[in-house]
Amino acid sequence: METEAAKLIGAGLAAIGVTGAGIGVGNVWASYYNAIARNPSAKNDIGANIWIGFAVTEAIALYALIVALIVLFAF
Amino acid sequence: MAEQTSTNGGDGGGGFGLHPMEQFELSPIVPIQIGDLNLSFTNSSLWMVIAVAIISALMMLPTRGRALIPGRAQAAAEMLYEVVANMLRDSAGKEGRQYFPFVFCLFSFLLIGNLQGLIPGSFTFTSHIVVTFALAAVVFLGTTAIGFARHGIGFLKFFAPEGAPSWSLPLLVLIELISYLSRPVSLALRLFANMLVGHALLKTLAGFVFVLGIAGVIPLAGLVAITALEVLIAILQAYVFAILSCIYLNDALHMH
Repeated sequence: METEAAKLIGAGLAAIGVTGAGIGVGNVWASYYNAIARNPSAKNDIGANIWIGFAVTEAIALYALIVALIVLFAF
Repeated sequence: MAEQTSTNGGDGGGGFGLHPMEQFELSPIVPIQIGDLNLSFTNSSLWMVIAVAIISALMMLPTRGRALIPGRAQAAAEMLYEVVANMLRDSAGKEGRQYFPFVFCLFSFLLIGNLQGLIPGSFTFTSHIVVTFALAAVVFLGTTAIGFARHGIGFLKFFAPEGAPSWSLPLLVLIELISYLSRPVSLALRLFANMLVGHALLKTLAGFVFVLGIAGVIPLAGLVAITALEVLIAILQAYVFAILSCIYLNDALHMH
């Protein structure tokens, strides 16, 4: 039973890593709107690149979730 | 039953004995065993064949007439072509053109694979790291080979940034080397993690809908919203995988 409890606590701790990705994704979109507000004509140039930035940052959150899932289900 | 599953956190909250990871299980359809090698035709292989069939049907059937004014299906096929062509032209330039067939295959295979995984009861082959890592390894080995074929031994200069003071070179080369070698890992892990976590999340939320009874309307609304997000993620991750491959190709062709 103690290992079960330790597993749940560990998975919860692993999920804290999502915080960093939350800040990162917020930063990505904040910079996007900042850039567009300063220079509206740059909107098309930024275009798809913002999605790459978003996806790369968001993936970090998923790494944390993977660790949590491994702790929960793989042991 | 409801009390049992809702208090059992280690089970992942899946109602009616459904485990959120059960959907990723491989099951052989045609068992083939050669010596110690298991070459069974599994449900993963089946959905890969279906994906290839869908792409082939989409690209070949509507474009057979080659109408000057495209119909709906031909317009869709042309749009898919243009997306990949633009992506390759923008990030790898004119020399990248000759690698278009590979990038197009990669993008369409992953796109259809991710999207068909959202059909209930289907199997997402991109949620297995074997599949994504094999594709990422092909991209990594291919671009490295192209780099050496084009620049010869001079491709090693790629790891030493220009204009850096010479005393910092050993450290910089080490950092560049590590970041270069981690490319296939991050490429594979990103797609794999997105698909795995997305589908596990959907299954867990679906478990809440059963467990909560009439109040299950609330997680059901969340489930609909997250399914919409998953469609976006499925397209986006295929796009990101393809465009990062193009960027790596550009590095090999032009060295920065």
